[in-house]
This record gives sequence, structure tokens and C-alpha cells, in this order.
Amino acid sequence: MQKNGLLALAFNLLVVSFVLAPLAIVCLVAFTPGSTLSIPTSDFSLRWFKAVFAHADFMQAFRNSLWLAFCSATIASILAVPAAIAITRYRFPGRDALNGLFLSPLMIPHLVLGVALLRFFALMGTTGSFGWLVLAHVVVITPYVMRLVIGALVGFDRSVEHAAQSLGASRATVFCKVTLPMILPGVSGGWLLAFINSFDELTMSVFITAPSTVTLPVRMYMYATESIDPMMAAVSALVIALTAVTMLVLDRVYGLDRVLVGQK
Amino acid sequence: MSTLAAAPTPKPRTEGLPAILGSLPLTLLFLTLVLTPLGLTLLLSFAQFDYNTGIQPGHTLEQYLTVLTDSYFLEIFWRTFWISGLTTLVCVLVGAPEAYVLSRMGKPWRTIFLLVVLSPLLVSLVVRAFGWSLLLGPNGPLGRAAEALGLGSLLYTPTAIIIGLVHVMLPFMVIPVWTSLQKLDPAVEQAAYSLNASRMQTLWRVILPQTMPGILSGSLIVFGLSASSFAIPALLGGRRLKMVATIVYDEFLNELNWPLGAAIAMLLLVANLAIMLSYNRVVERSYRRSLG
Repeated sequence: MQKNGLLALAFNLLVVSFVLAPLAIVCLVAFTPGSTLSIPTSDFSLRWFKAVFAHADFMQAFRNSLWLAFCSATIASILAVPAAIAITRYRFPGRDALNGLFLSPLMIPHLVLGVALLRFFALMGTTGSFGWLVLAHVVVITPYVMRLVIGALVGFDRSVEHAAQSLGASRATVFCKVTLPMILPGVSGGWLLAFINSFDELTMSVFITAPSTVTLPVRMYMYATESIDPMMAAVSALVIALTAVTMLVLDRVYGLDRVLVGQK
Repeated sequence: MSTLAAAPTPKPRTEGLPAILGSLPLTLLFLTLVLTPLGLTLLLSFAQFDYNTGIQPGHTLEQYLTVLTDSYFLEIFWRTFWISGLTTLVCVLVGAPEAYVLSRMGKPWRTIFLLVVLSPLLVSLVVRAFGWSLLLGPNGPLGRAAEALGLGSLLYTPTAIIIGLVHVMLPFMVIPVWTSLQKLDPAVEQAAYSLNASRMQTLWRVILPQTMPGILSGSLIVFGLSASSFAIPALLGGRRLKMVATIVYDEFLNELNWPLGAAIAMLLLVANLAIMLSYNRVVERSYRRSLG
């Protein structure tokens, strides 16, 4: 393998600073002692962090978001594995239509789904229900799970399964002991990608959350459009810190590169 | 019964049945929460509306006529289209080379930089939009620099929206390109060099064609997500610089003219599907061509 030239390394540095710049400035501004959005120069203060923890709405929204992302990512993963197996391995009538249907949330703007679900829930009288919010999130994040699981299944060497079968393993044993472990990187990567996307989801949720089920992104969006004080920066910095901790834990437990890009 | 079962009858072909039946719950969920609501929204877009009495019975094309003839709405559609296109282009130009540079790095750095580039994916969209509004705002370092260079203010311009979108979409380009680069057999690259191909030739004729599916599928995701993006134009475009997503939000939650909002949403959906389907065809064709 050839080494990168100086130009390539400079390019990399530029991309990395582009990626980190908005996160860095948010963390800096969060420590401002003043009441305007400014980068602190001499004094640093924790007053805006204290304000966030005293803010009941933000704390409630955070709990809502965590629980919502966990539920929807888990349901999506459980439902997507058999569907991905059916689509990659078998030919049956309606297979292409089904594949298109499952990937459709990538082509249907979340905004359109949001207003469509707003109308649907209004007609059903279930506006603001947490259960339906979870299911709506499942729909939106399923394509991400499907993509990764299908990716794992496509590069799958089926001779291992045949070997297990020929040695007398039942179909359930083959699935649990051979198939599932081999596609596990795809499934867990899919779960994580689904979790992130659910936690991050704003566009659809903005239409279908009620005051009691408001998610953190929706709460933050509303706050950012209504007021300009450094509390927003403090919340953002906390979200960034939490994300960083999660990433470190995940890296220890599983390996972040494997989760994100599915490589060893 | 036992004698029948013992007879050497050929096994029925039920091998895929559990998996196919297993995909039923997901199918039902998608029928309930995707197709039904979309159908209802389509119906809603033909409803009559009165600002005093709300949605009226009866069907009309009034909403579509308003949207398609009013230059205000046409301008918003066009702006959404070109901003998404430019975002995709910038993502290809930045994301694909970045993935390539990363793939050629040494062991510890490769993983570290890859994670740094992909990590914003895990950070909330609103946080990133807010971060850019700080950077590009009149008091931010980039906003001040642009002001000093005589470029005027950056925040609440299409440039601000594109910068924000590229930041959000870049991981969606880097991941598929990186994945296709990982599948690349290093021996093929060495073979090209051993046949006296220059570095550029190898890059252009050997590596690029093999990463093309990754670039194209990345573009697909980036364009789709950009055109439907809401947070970035809402927070970086301000009140005047509307994109389709923000105008639908206004109609539904501020103006409360649901039929008009539904009509715009339906047009966005149709436009998006048309672009995606033609793009899909391009992806398939390039696959066929690259496989000979």
C-alpha cells in the first residue's frame, strides 16, 4: 500500500476541522458567564449547565428520547431480520414490491411521513400516543437496519449453514448458532444506526409529538427558534458529551469502527 | 398417519416459508403507517379549505393550482432542488477523496480519523445546526471573516444551508465509499502498478470504477435526505429563506391550511420519487457496465 502524500494529509486535516468546528464552538459557548451567545475569553462559568438541569422540560424530553430510541431500534431490528432473510434468500411473488416498501422511508421525505401521520393519528384519535410514536420511528429507521442486515446476508457463505444442516442441526439451531452470529455485526450495526437515527429524528417527530411525548430534538428545536440564550449551547454541549461517552463505551464493548462501517 | 409419514414422500418446498411469514409483521406495519397515511394525505390535498370554517366537504384541484401557478411556491421548489443537488456534489467531492485518504492511512490513525469523520452522525441534528448558526452568525468567526472579506452576512443564506447540509450528509457519503474501498482487492491495485500504470491512472481506471457503486448509493441517500431536510433550512435559512420542508411546516402548524400543506407535501413526494427512481436506474446501469 502506498502512503498518503502531504496534500492528502492536508485535505484530511481540513475535513476533520470542518467536521469538528460546529461541535467545538458549541462546547466553548456553553461555558460563557454572560447571557449572550458569545465565546468566553477570560472567565468560564457553569451557570448555564445548572440552568439546564433545573429545566424540567429539557429533562423530560431527554428521558422520552432515550426510551423512544431504545424501543424503536429494538423492535425494528427484531422485525427486520426475518424480512431481510426472506428478501435476500428467497424468490416469492411480491418480493420486489416488499423490498421497495421496506426501503421506501428513504425515498419518502420524513416531512411527508410526518404530515401524513399527523393526519392519520388525528383521524384515528390517537394524537400524541407514545406507542404510535414508537411505531412511526420503527418505520423510519427500518431501512437502515435492512441495509446493514442485507449487506451481511449478501456476503454470507451458505456452505457453513449446509455443513451444520448435514451434521443434523435443526433449522432453529442453524439460525441461532450459525446464521445469527455470522450476521450479528450487521444486526447490531443496524440497531445502533437505528438508535441514532431515532434519537436524532426531528422532522417527523415535530409533527406527531404531543407536549407529554416531546423528544429532545423537538424540544431543542423549539427552544432554538424561540430564544437566544446560552442555555441552548449548554444543552447541546451535554448532548455532545453524552454522545462521546456512549461512543467510548461502545468502542470498548464492541468496536466503534465495526459498528459504523461493519469492518473488523 | 404414521405409516404415511414413514413413506418416502418428497419433502414439500417450505424452506423459505418461515422467513417469508416472518416478514409479515413488518409488512403490516408499513401498510398501516406508510401507505394508509399517504393515501389519506393524498385525499386531504384535494379537499376544499376555508380560513374561517376549516376543511370543507367536496373535492377540488384548487390547492395544486395555487402551488403550481404561484411564483412564491415555484421558487421554493426550485431552491430546494438546486440546494440538494449542490450538497450532493460537494459531498461526493469531499466524501469520496476523504474515504480514499482514510483507507490509505496507517493502523491507529485510520481508525481514529474515520471515527472523527463519522462521529457527527451520532450527534443530534439540532446541535449541529445550532453550532453552524454560531459559527456563521454575525458574532461567529466565519461570519466575521465573510463580513471582512466583503461577502456580506453568511447566516440565513443558501451558502449557510449548503454548509450545514454537507456537514450533516458527509458521513452518509463516506460510509458507502469506505465500504466499497474495503472490498477492493489490494492485489488489483498492485497489478495496475506492476503494469506501469501511473498513480492517477490507477486511481481513475482501477479504483474509481470499483468505488462507483458506493459513490452512487451515497449520493442517493444524500440527495434524498437533503431535499427533505427540515432542521438545517429552518435554523440556518431563517424566516425568509424557505425550503419545501419549512413551508409545509408553516402550512400545517402555523397557517393551519392542511389541504394546501398536503398538496405541497404530495408534490415533494412525487418529485423525490421521480428523482430517486431515475437515479436507481443509473446505479443499476453503472453496476452492469462495471461488471462488463
